[in-house]
Parts: sequence; structure tokens; C-alpha cells
Amino acid sequence: MYKYIIRRILIFIPMLFALSVVVFALSKAAPGDPFTTMLDPNIDRSVFEERKEALGLNDPIPVQYFRWVSSAVQGDFGESIVYNQRPVMDLIKVRFWNTIYLGIVALFFTLIVAIPIGIYSARNPYSLLDYGATGFSFLGLAIPNFFFGLLAIYFLSIQFGWFPAQGTVSGTDVSGLEEFIDRIHHMILPGITLGLAGTATYMRYMRSEVLDVLGSDYIRTAKAKGMSDRNVLYKHTLRNALIPIITLMGFEFGVLIGGAVITEQVFNYPGLGTLFLDAIINRDYPIVMALALIFGIFILVGNLLADIFYSVVDPRIRYD
Amino acid sequence: MDVKDLKTYFYLDDQKVARAVDDVDLTVNAGETVALVGESGSGKSITSLSIMQLINKPGKIVDGTISLLGQNLLNLSDKQMTKVRGNDVAMIFQEPMTALNPVYTIGNQISEVLRKHKKMNKKQARRRAIELLKMVGFPRAEDTFDEYPHQLSGGMRQRAMIAIAISCEPKLLIADEPTTALDVTIQAQIIDLMNEMKEKLDMALLLITHDLGVVAEYADRVLVMYGGQIVEEAPKKRLFKESKHPYTSGLMESLPSIYKEEERLGTIRGTVPPAHSFPKGCRFSSRCPHAMDQCFESNPDLIQLDHEHSVRCYLYTDE
Ligand SMILES: Nc1ncnc2c1ncn2[C@@H]1O[C@H](COP(=O)(O)OP(=O)(O)OP(=O)(O)O)[C@@H](O)[C@H]1O
Ligand code: SF4
Ligand SMILES: [Mg+2]
Repeated sequence: MYKYIIRRILIFIPMLFALSVVVFALSKAAPGDPFTTMLDPNIDRSVFEERKEALGLNDPIPVQYFRWVSSAVQGDFGESIVYNQRPVMDLIKVRFWNTIYLGIVALFFTLIVAIPIGIYSARNPYSLLDYGATGFSFLGLAIPNFFFGLLAIYFLSIQFGWFPAQGTVSGTDVSGLEEFIDRIHHMILPGITLGLAGTATYMRYMRSEVLDVLGSDYIRTAKAKGMSDRNVLYKHTLRNALIPIITLMGFEFGVLIGGAVITEQVFNYPGLGTLFLDAIINRDYPIVMALALIFGIFILVGNLLADIFYSVVDPRIRYD
Repeated sequence: MDVKDLKTYFYLDDQKVARAVDDVDLTVNAGETVALVGESGSGKSITSLSIMQLINKPGKIVDGTISLLGQNLLNLSDKQMTKVRGNDVAMIFQEPMTALNPVYTIGNQISEVLRKHKKMNKKQARRRAIELLKMVGFPRAEDTFDEYPHQLSGGMRQRAMIAIAISCEPKLLIADEPTTALDVTIQAQIIDLMNEMKEKLDMALLLITHDLGVVAEYADRVLVMYGGQIVEEAPKKRLFKESKHPYTSGLMESLPSIYKEEERLGTIRGTVPPAHSFPKGCRFSSRCPHAMDQCFESNPDLIQLDHEHSVRCYLYTDE
């Protein structure tokens, strides 16, 4: 198994390299250069040329690439063009954990809702709750993220006032446990909004997987051995039913990041998603490149974790 | 074990009722091997799953008694029944490739039975499981204990299934076509092994099979099943020598014989009618070469020819 994991991690390195090349190439292919937005007709073009020369923008592409990568590896993504030339890394640092926490809340919500309901539906197919869950899934998949977010804000925060409608904290005067609870309170609506589509999908997957496993020969064997219902469900069924779910979880990382861009915007939540959208609108290339690289890494890490976890729960793939 | 008037019906979507097992009486005495034979779809598997009470919806045991050592299993609660399964009655299935859970080791899957029924701790269960693996023919039992099902061949998996089944020394072992899915060369080994275990542990064996050769070699008594009912019951020797029911005779003729030189083997024309639409009279009447008027009117009862031979056919009623 360790061999498998090590091999899997080694594959990660060339993929990371490929990712950086793609991100870099896209930024080069995009029209204009960092000065396009600074264009001041009173400055002579030759000044820009000098600046470009000084920044190394006239060097051969591979040289530029290696310069970018080697500073990126050290956490230096250059300076933002729009945000007062602040280092990109500083801007990202502030928002990075906000997005991670939001993702965790969304994933947590997805799992605690989708898995138990999926199991219940499979064990009681065509029951009232099963039909209800099916209906919910279709709605959850059909309603776009941002629309659900707006509905949630309108009803749950404006009408009923149960949840704050935006931001991450109420004020700066809270600390400790109080602050923690306040932050969680702020993350519930965006978290649920972000996790909604995933919840709907995983509920369906879980239902069909459990249904599949319950009908399998080895479950009949387990029952024929006299195993209790609890044991049949928790030991023999769940582990098998979760194998495909775990693989999908890896991809969920990427889906969540994509969703975060929109959800954060709706809730005015200061995360990487809002930063990304702003940067694109402002053509703030250093930020766009840094975030594209980070999002790509999220997805690669998600897949890596899924593969490793997969090899832990499914003995069949360790030796293949 | 005594099964009386067992009826297991499937309630299908369109109001139809599939009478997969209909009034089956079946006795297996201590230490005896009883063979249950019959074509595909005759209700053999459903009979055995009914005994284990492993019938899933839309199926239901509608009537009957299943007594094991004087206790009617059908009166037990679900929880009490889990103490019988795997402990007093164990079962081996047809498909060794899928019968073991792919994500747990062989050892784990044997140990859990011992821990449940024999209340062994982890260490005792491990020791006993390794003994069992040796008994069923794993030379490197210690290693096999930690191996996963996908590392074993079909025959080996069936051996592991046998180890699981005999782990609590059940009084009755039910084997539902345990060799059908295996290579011919391995089939004999598995049957031999089961028979050896049966002798060693003094179990009764209910052997479901298509293979009349196996019946001839190992069975004490034979029950022939057709359309969810027993159509003939006799000790093995008498059944092979003097089968009475036209269906049994048909089965016999489909066997190659070393004594007779035949151009071609006999076959029974047609197939078993589906369990939701049996003919009105004798269930075999649609295929029977001897069918008479009476046969299309009503279904014959199972009548006793003598103390050990019974048959369900109008050819043998007195009137
Ligand atoms: N889930 C089900 N729903 C409806 N009918 C069923 C179901 N399972 C079994 N039956 C019916 O029960 C009858 C007996 O099936 P069974 O599996 O016992 O046959 P069998 O004798 O074991 O055949 P084989 O030799 O192929 O294993 C079949 O004809 C089928 O119509
Ligand atoms: S009762 Fe009639 S149809 Fe049925 S087996 Fe006997 S002869 Fe054939
Ligand atoms: Mg069968």
C-alpha cells in the first residue's frame, strides 16, 4: 500500500509542473501586458519598454517561466497591480482560510445530510421520505447556486433574521469562543448554499450504492452467518457503498472551488472566490495566475487524497 | 429438521402471485445427506433461503412450520433468528466469486462468526479460524488469514466459504449448488471436502444440485422438485432404479449412461412454467408425455407409495 501511495505522490509532481506551464501559458496568451491598464498617454512608450526590459518581460519565454515558477515556489507571486501593488501572497493569505473554512462547512453539510438520508432511502425505497429526498435532490440540482443563495438571504436573514446575510464576523469586539460561534453563524448560509448541489448529488449516489450493495451476494452471506442488522449495515454495507463516493469526493474539491467563486460573491464573503472574480475584472494578472495555480493545486490534492483514501478502503487496488 | 407445508410467495407488481414454494414438506435427519434436485426455476433456492429466513421483498413466507430440534424457527423473532443462522444452520452459495465481502480479509470474515456465536475473543477466533482454514485445505493458513478474497481463486474462495459455514459446527449445512460455478476438476474436490466435513462434524447436509452424478455418489435420500412442489421423494437407490414420476424419469433419461448405447440423450421438452402462472391441473401437465384428462383438471396430492417412497402423480393413485 505504501508503495502505491508513494507512486501516486510521485505522479503528483509532473502534474504540478504541467499545471504551472498551463497557467503560465494562459497568462502569456492573454492579450496585453501588465501595463495595458496603466496606460497613461503622457508617458512615452519608451519608458514602458525600459520598464518591461527591467522586469524581464522581454526575456525568452522559458526564462520568464522559470523566474515565475522559482519565486512562486517560494510563495512570491509578485505584486498586485490594482490593490496598491501589495504582494499577491498577502492578499491571498487573508482570504485563503476563509475559503477553506467555507469549503469545510459545505462538505460537512453535504456529508451529514446526504449520507444518512441516502442510507435511509436505500433501506426504505419508495417510502414517503425516499420520495421526499428524491424531490429535494431534483430541486437541489435544478436551482442554481446563486439563486438559492438569494432566496436564503431574503427569507432566512432579511425576513426571519436568523442568519447574517454577509461577511465573516459581526464586529471586531468579539473574541475566543464567542468569535468562533459568530464565525460559524456567518458561514452557515453560504456553506449550505455552496453544499446544496453536492448534497443533492451525493444523496442520489448514496441511495443507489447502498441499494446495490444490499442486493449483493456478500450481504446475503453476512446475513446467513447470523450477523445482526447493525453489523450488516455498518460493517458490510457502508464500507463498500462509500468506495465510489470517496472517489467522487476528490472531484468535489474542484466543484466546491468553482461554486465558491459565485457563492462568495452572493454573500459578499471575503474569500478567494471574490478575489478571483475581482482580479479577472481588473485584469490583475499576477493574482489571476496565483489563484489559478492554487485552485489547480486544490483539485490535484483532492484527487490525490481520494486516491490514497480509496487505496485504504478498497484492498483490491493496493496490489494492482 | 422438519419442514411442513412451507409456502413462500412473491407478490409481484401486477397483482400476480408467484408461488415459488408451495406446500413443501422436507425432512433432514441428523447426519443425513438429502439431495434436492430439479430444473432451474423449480424453487430449490427459495426453499433453502426460506429455511434461513433470508427471503427478501416482495417475497414472503406465507405458511408452514420449520422445526429444528423441536423449535419452530418461524416463531422466532428476527433477533433470535440471527442466533440460529450461521450457528445451528449454515449455508453455502452458488457463486464463490461474489459471496465474500471484497473489503475484508478472509480471516476477518471467519472470525466474526466465531466472535458472534461462540463469544470468542480476537485471539481465540484467530487461532480457531486458522485451524478451520487448515481443515478445508489451505496449506498456508496463517497467510491466507490475512488475504483478501480477490487474492484467491474461485475454488479457494468456496473452500473459505465452507470454513465459514462449518466454523460453529452447525447441525445442518445447506449447500445451494456449491460447485455449479466452478471448473469441473475442482467441483469434485469441493464436494469431497464438504462430504468429509459433514462426516467429521456429524452434520446433516441438504445438498441442492443439478448434478445427478453427485446425487448418486453422496446422497442418502433424494427429493425431486418441480414448480415449487416436491413431486417425488425416495431413497437414492430406489429413485435411480424405480423412479415413478414422469418428470423424474425425464431427468434420468437426460443422464448419459455407460450401460446403454444411446443415439442421443433424452430431454424434457419445454421449460418450467413461470411461478405466477402454473397450469390449472398437475403443474407438469404442460410437458408430461403421460398426461391424462384428469391431469388438466386438478393437481394431484403427494401420495405415499410405501414408508419411504412418495410421488405426486395420478398414474399412481388407486382410482
Ligand atoms: N425476487 C423474485 N421475484 C419474483 N419471483 C421470484 C423471485 N425470486 C424467485 N422467484 C420465482 O421463484 C421461482 C423459483 O426460483 P428458485 O431460485 O428457487 O429456482 P431454483 O430451483 O433455485 O433454480 P436454479 O436451479 O436456477 O437455481 C422462479 O421460477 C421465480 O419465478
Ligand atoms: S399427474 Fe398427470 S400430468 Fe402430472 S405427472 Fe402425472 S401423469 Fe403427468
Ligand atoms: Mg437456485
